[in-house]
Formats: sequence, structure tokens, C-alpha cells
Amino acid sequence: MSAAIDVRGLRKSYGEKLVLDGIDLNVAEGTIFALLGPNGAGKTTAVQILSTLIAADAGEIRVAGHDLHRSPDEVRAAIGVTGQFSAVDGLLTGRENLILMADLHHLGRDEGRRRADELLERFDLVDAGSKMAATYSGGMKRRLDLAMTLVGNPSIIFLDEPTTGLDPRSRHRMWQLIRELVAGGVTVLLTTQYLDEADELADRIAVLDHGQLVAQGTAEELKRMVPGGHIRLRFNAPEEFALARQVLPSAAPNEESLVLQVPNDGSVHALRALLARIDDASLEVDELTVHTPDLDDVFFAVTGQPTPHEPVLQTAGTMK
Amino acid sequence: MSYTVQDTATMFRRNMRHAQRYPALALGPLGMPVIMLLLFGVLFGKTFKAGLGGSGNFDYIDFLVPGILLMAIASGTMGPAVAVCTDMTEGIVARFRTMSIFRPAVLTGHVLGSVLQILASLVLVVGFALLIGFRPNASFGDWLLTIGLLVALTIAFTWFAVALGLVSKTPEGASNIVLPISLVLPFLSTTFIPLESMPSGIRWFAEYQPFTPVIETLRHLLLGTPSESGNGWLSIAWCAAIAVVGYFWAQKNYNKGTVA
Repeated sequence: MSAAIDVRGLRKSYGEKLVLDGIDLNVAEGTIFALLGPNGAGKTTAVQILSTLIAADAGEIRVAGHDLHRSPDEVRAAIGVTGQFSAVDGLLTGRENLILMADLHHLGRDEGRRRADELLERFDLVDAGSKMAATYSGGMKRRLDLAMTLVGNPSIIFLDEPTTGLDPRSRHRMWQLIRELVAGGVTVLLTTQYLDEADELADRIAVLDHGQLVAQGTAEELKRMVPGGHIRLRFNAPEEFALARQVLPSAAPNEESLVLQVPNDGSVHALRALLARIDDASLEVDELTVHTPDLDDVFFAVTGQPTPHEPVLQTAGTMK
Repeated sequence: MSYTVQDTATMFRRNMRHAQRYPALALGPLGMPVIMLLLFGVLFGKTFKAGLGGSGNFDYIDFLVPGILLMAIASGTMGPAVAVCTDMTEGIVARFRTMSIFRPAVLTGHVLGSVLQILASLVLVVGFALLIGFRPNASFGDWLLTIGLLVALTIAFTWFAVALGLVSKTPEGASNIVLPISLVLPFLSTTFIPLESMPSGIRWFAEYQPFTPVIETLRHLLLGTPSESGNGWLSIAWCAAIAVVGYFWAQKNYNKGTVA
């Protein structure tokens, strides 16, 4: 698969302050890549540079196959950007905003209007289409913003904190829209400070902290980097529980709930070894759950600092 | 760059729609020139005429109108300065910058929209002046030259105001930064009184600032008042200089720190 975005040695500083300190990134076509980090980590700066908004101090950057420094206009023709602060024209209606985008993409009058109406429909904005965008709620503005980004059918989309400040319903709606985009073949680079969002959406995640990439990989790979994984075994009968404690002496027992927590990194190899011991001892296990560390654990481990803590979605896989 | 005209037209339509949605910014600047016309033309007109030693066929309202037209242009600069600054502080311009469009279109669209609004306000001021007794004796050719000079001055000051809007951090700041244009230039010029009747310091400033030669040229064109021959060319030179400085200063600020 070819790279939609390829970055080597990206650097940017504002005066004395180093914002990006030698970033390498590679985003495969048709995937979702999440840039994860706390406020001030440099996420927005990275997106602004990759989307041709501001110039980098150093680094080789190719977006959609074009050298960003030499042919910014070719890059612009291939990308769409939805920034952190809504980039809609508040004095225009939702529909006029979309038609403005269509005009700037030179779609032609009829095609532009058709596209605007189609996007209003797709983004649940038909009723709001004739109202000024300044009157929209946060979620509606964000949807209009994304719809405007899509007018030109970009092949690469940058989303800077697409769900920050949205209520849970709008957030899930946004996630759904992002997944639909990627299903249609678009490449998405998004930034987020929410671990669950990266976990939920991204094929690959890069953790950015103080301008440096401190970890990169799939959510699973990142979780495996930190210790703390375990297998939880639940038993029905007290006598089975007692037997299991003898067979697995390293496990932490919970007498009341008849649960054993066996340290385990969750890899197939370690899991098979554990299952073999359970089989050998003919233990009747009522329920087995694998607990890998969640991205919160990863975040603490690789950045060494606390993060804005959002409720984390269940990351455990259950086997019966 | 084949989309130069198309993209500029799109941005122009956007700004005209803004003016339609937010007419206060477009009509607000009309207030000052109209009030000044009423105050000086109607209320103090007789006193000024006497004070200036005017004879029978000298009418103060005729003397006043050319300067008031420039005042309308000067107070009209607040519109583009505030509008451009507002645009820059919102996300929409960041979006335009990441799109493959003719780059100067965003600012040129603002300038075209504002120039049209200021010219409309000039028509209203002239209409109002005619109502209260303004009687120019210009020929058709004189009127064409008058319109040409007013359009040139409007374009020049609008580009300059756009540049000032770009260097302002907030829309409030933008509305303040253009105040010297609308306060100092029209008042410390020959709008209300001729050069001879000014104290020397102010007279020196009035003599060398851009409004005075333009006002003198307009008086010559509209009323046949004698004017030094250099004033016409000096007016055109001022317009060109202000337009060029404003244009390049604006584009430089618009592209600052970005990938051009």
C-alpha cells in the first residue's frame, strides 16, 4: 500500500519554543491515523503544517504523493481540512456555505447546488440548511464544517480534534461519519486528546508529547508495551476455585467472587500456555476474560504525565 | 491561475452577502458625512460664508461637499478593516488557505465589495447634498473625471484599510486603527476652510497630506474653482502610492508564515 502522508524529520519552532522536534510519520492510504497527545503537545501545529497552512522549519513532507514545500497547490487540491475551531462562515446559511465551497472547487452552478443538497441530507442539516451558521449548535457547526471539507471530494482529510466539546451523542455521530469516509476510500489523519477515540477509530496511533513522538503503533501494539495485563478466571464452585489456586499459585485470588487474576501479557503464546495448564488440571472455568492494559495505561507510561481522563470504553475481549 | 476571475467573483459574492446580512457595518459610515453636511452646510453655513468673506455667488455648501465626499470614503474604510480582521480571527480563512484557490481572491473580494459599498454611500451623500442646496456646474467630462478620481481614492484607501485590518489582532482594534484616517485626514484638510485661514502648523500638515490636493481638484472639476495645475497629478500620484503600499502590505501580511 502506498503512503498518503510521509513525513521525515519535521521540525517547527516559534521563537525559542520548539513545538515539533523531528517527527517521522507514515500514513497508509485508506486508513485512519490518530495523533494522540495532551494539550500543547504539538498536534495542531503538525496538522497546520501538513495541510499547507503554515510552513515547517525543516523536514521532508509528501502528501498525496506531492512534495508539500514545492507543490503546495497540488497538495491542497487533494486534501480537506476540518480545524479545531469551526471554519464555517457564520453570516452565510449552511447551504450557502456549501455552495461557496462548491464554487471554489469550480463545480459549476447546478452540480454545486446538487452536491450541497446531498451533503445537507447526509449530515442531517436539511432543516438547518436555510439558517445562518452562526445560529448552529456546536455539533451542527462541526457537521457543517466536515460537510464543507467533503465538497471537493478530497482523498486525504485532516481532522483536528473533531469531537472536542461535543456531547456524547454528537460524538458518536461524528465517529460514524468518519468511519463511513474511510469505508469510501478516504485517508484520515485526526488528532485527539481522547484515548478512547484513538482506540475506537484509528488503525495506527502515534503518541505525541512535547513535540516528540514517544510511541507509535496499533492500539494493541501500544497496549502491549506496558505491563499490567492479566487474565481473569471466574469459577462457579468453591472447590474448583480452591483447586485452581493450587494449580496457578501466581494468581491473585478473590474468595468472595471466586475470581482469580492471573498475570498474563495477553499474547497468543501466553494464553495458550495458560489454557494448557487449565486443561491439564481439568479445571471447570465458568468465564475467562483477557484484560490488556488500556490506552490510558499506555499514555501514562510513555508520557509520564497524567492525562485528561475520559471514561474509557471496554477494551476487554471475553471468551466463554 | 485560470481561476483568478472566477475565485475573485466568488469571494466578492460572499462579501456582498455579508453586507446584506449585516447592513450596520455597510451603512454605519454614512452617519458622519451626513451629519457634517447638516451641521456645517445647513446650520453653520451662513456664518462660515460670512467668515470666509464670501461674496454673492459663493455658497458654503458647494465649498463643503468635495471634502465631505472624502470624509465618506475615509469613514468607509472602517468596514473593510473590521470585516477582514473578523475573517482572519475566525477559522474560515484558514480553510481558504488550505484550498487550491487563487490566493489574492480572499482580499480582492473584500476590496471589491467595500469599494462598491463606499461608492454607493458617495451616491447617497451627493444626492443628499443636492437636496440641501449643492449646485455644481460641472460638465459631463468633469463628472467623469470626478467619478474616476473618487473611485481611485476609494480603491487606494480600501486596500490600505485591508492591510490595517490584517495587522489588527481584534475587530475592535481594527475599528480603532483606521480612526486616524477618518478623523485626522478630513478635518486637517481644506474640507471646511481654505489653507489661508489655518494656523501655520496645521496649515503645513494640511498642505502636504493627500486629501487636500484631491479636494482642490474636485472643487476645480465640480465648481470651476481655480486650482494649482499640479493638484490633479498630485492626487493621482497619492492614489497610486497609497494603493500600491496598501496592496503589497496586505498581501504580505496575508501570506505571513504560510506556504505561499
